[in-house]
Amino acid sequence: MSATQPYGPAAGSTPPPLEATSTSEPIKAIRLRHPWRVVFAVLLVAIFAWFVVDAAFRPAYDWPAVGKYLFDRRISMAALVTIELTVFSMVIAIILGVILAVMRLSPNPVVKSVAWFYLWIFRGTPVYVQLTIWGLISLIYTSIDIGLPFMTPWISFSTNAALNTFTLAVIGLALNEAAYMAEIVRAGLLSVDKGQEEASVALGMSWSQTMTRVILPQSMRVIIPPTGNEVISMLKTTSLVTAVPFSLELFTRSRDISAETFNPIPLLIVASIWYLFFTSILMVGQYFLEKRFSRGVGDRQTDKSDPAAPSTGAITGVVPVIGAGQPTVVLPPKTDAPGTTGDGGAR
Amino acid sequence: MSATTAGGVASMDVPMVLAEQVTKSFGSNEVLKGITLEVKRGEVMCLVGPSGSGKSTFLRCINHLEVLSAGRLSVDGELIGYREANGKLYEMAPKEAAKQRREIGMVFQRFNLFPHMTALQNVMEAPLRVKGLPKAKVEQTARDLLARVGLADRADYYPAHLSGGQQQRVAIARALAMEPKLMLFDEPTSALDPELVGEVLDVMKGLAKEGMTMIVVTHEMGFAREVADSLVFMDAGVVVESGLPSEVLANPRHARTQAFLSKVL
Repeated sequence: MSATQPYGPAAGSTPPPLEATSTSEPIKAIRLRHPWRVVFAVLLVAIFAWFVVDAAFRPAYDWPAVGKYLFDRRISMAALVTIELTVFSMVIAIILGVILAVMRLSPNPVVKSVAWFYLWIFRGTPVYVQLTIWGLISLIYTSIDIGLPFMTPWISFSTNAALNTFTLAVIGLALNEAAYMAEIVRAGLLSVDKGQEEASVALGMSWSQTMTRVILPQSMRVIIPPTGNEVISMLKTTSLVTAVPFSLELFTRSRDISAETFNPIPLLIVASIWYLFFTSILMVGQYFLEKRFSRGVGDRQTDKSDPAAPSTGAITGVVPVIGAGQPTVVLPPKTDAPGTTGDGGAR
Repeated sequence: MSATTAGGVASMDVPMVLAEQVTKSFGSNEVLKGITLEVKRGEVMCLVGPSGSGKSTFLRCINHLEVLSAGRLSVDGELIGYREANGKLYEMAPKEAAKQRREIGMVFQRFNLFPHMTALQNVMEAPLRVKGLPKAKVEQTARDLLARVGLADRADYYPAHLSGGQQQRVAIARALAMEPKLMLFDEPTSALDPELVGEVLDVMKGLAKEGMTMIVVTHEMGFAREVADSLVFMDAGVVVESGLPSEVLANPRHARTQAFLSKVL
């Protein structure tokens, strides 16, 4: 076969576009007034302003102390530890979640059941309880042995020495979170049209190529919004690792400092400000990730100013879309004659 | 490869597709009840029939998207999905089955383009990842293919920004990029607006003219009459009637064929 002539119909002469000769006048009418809207708006602003002014002068908030501790070295170090806990546990949870999701979709009933059992345990018990158990793991398993069963282990070390409280906190958070991530990833994988897998298989692509090149990239659009939720949730859940007990993260550290100063309120405000700062950054990051993975679907690169177009790029950090199906693909208006071989109506 | 395809000349005698008593059941529902047919090299065969007659299922059996329940199916002298040794059939590993599918192009009713890739990336994907060819060469071939289906200026468009007819032409280019020896079309124009059907059929006519072996499941009787070398009418999982398109369409012998054609013509 040689690249000689196009198969498509020859580009015929296209008729000139119809003139839009609108003769009707734009509507001029007195706008409907909404007095109650104004009343409610004023009322809400007044209540909010009253609360802010009151808070500014209320001694219990102790704003000077808030300012003093906001950038206290102990607090900022604890904030860093909170970030570390979040990142480490989330990375492990996502990897484990993908594995569990694929296991749940496996045709092998044993593999499927193992994944289901994992979910049943880790989603069915409170994370606080799980973290406490991880803290006591050295009482259950005094040593970690590597080797064959019923034989002298090749390597053996004491659990206490091998796993410090930070590691245990990460393990506890990650294993719990993996159960939730597995469900999110599974919903994402199932949201991709079956025809996509068939098309890749028909092209001779292997299972792993189909997964990594076709299915996973498309499921990302469904996976990312709820995962953003989970990251934000994880950031806040790190405050529970005091159950391990691990005490160097933001909340526990704030509590420890206030236990010395007998002034808990300003330190709680300080911790809240840090949490809010981090979640805000995460929401911005999620916005850009969502934009990246909505390529080709729902994006409006041909007409960015279309106000009627659903903005898939909006910050949806609080809107879980698990199970949301394929969005309706809206084709652009067909301005060009079909099969036009030269410059079409793209411009 | 079996011995029959090893020699270039000898392989010319082997039919491209040979189906013998192909049977397929979904549970207790027998969709194909023993299909026997032959498609010669360079032949264009149109499969027609009422919906639910098993046309699409048969097509999907040819590239092993569906596994046969009974019978034998071979493409270019090579058994599909199984290896035969010492009189026994061995199920193929996914890798071997994938290797067979590379040489069989398939075009779907709903296009099934990869929506997260541009038209060009769609066409390049399989030669790059499956065959592992160098990128520059693959891109050149892909651009040529897009030009041949009349979409040179749409290379960087995502499928969502193309019309149905344009998407289906990209899908054909994507299948051709693997240089298949056989092309399967599963109702390629059924999901299209009427005014877009022609552009896809034109591309298919061009392919047929170049000597591509094609099996087309379609409701486009005009296309069948004009392009096909043979026409097979299927109903309720069996081949009711087959022959030259002009003969079958003009003088259907079987009552079921007559009933069907009276509705679609």
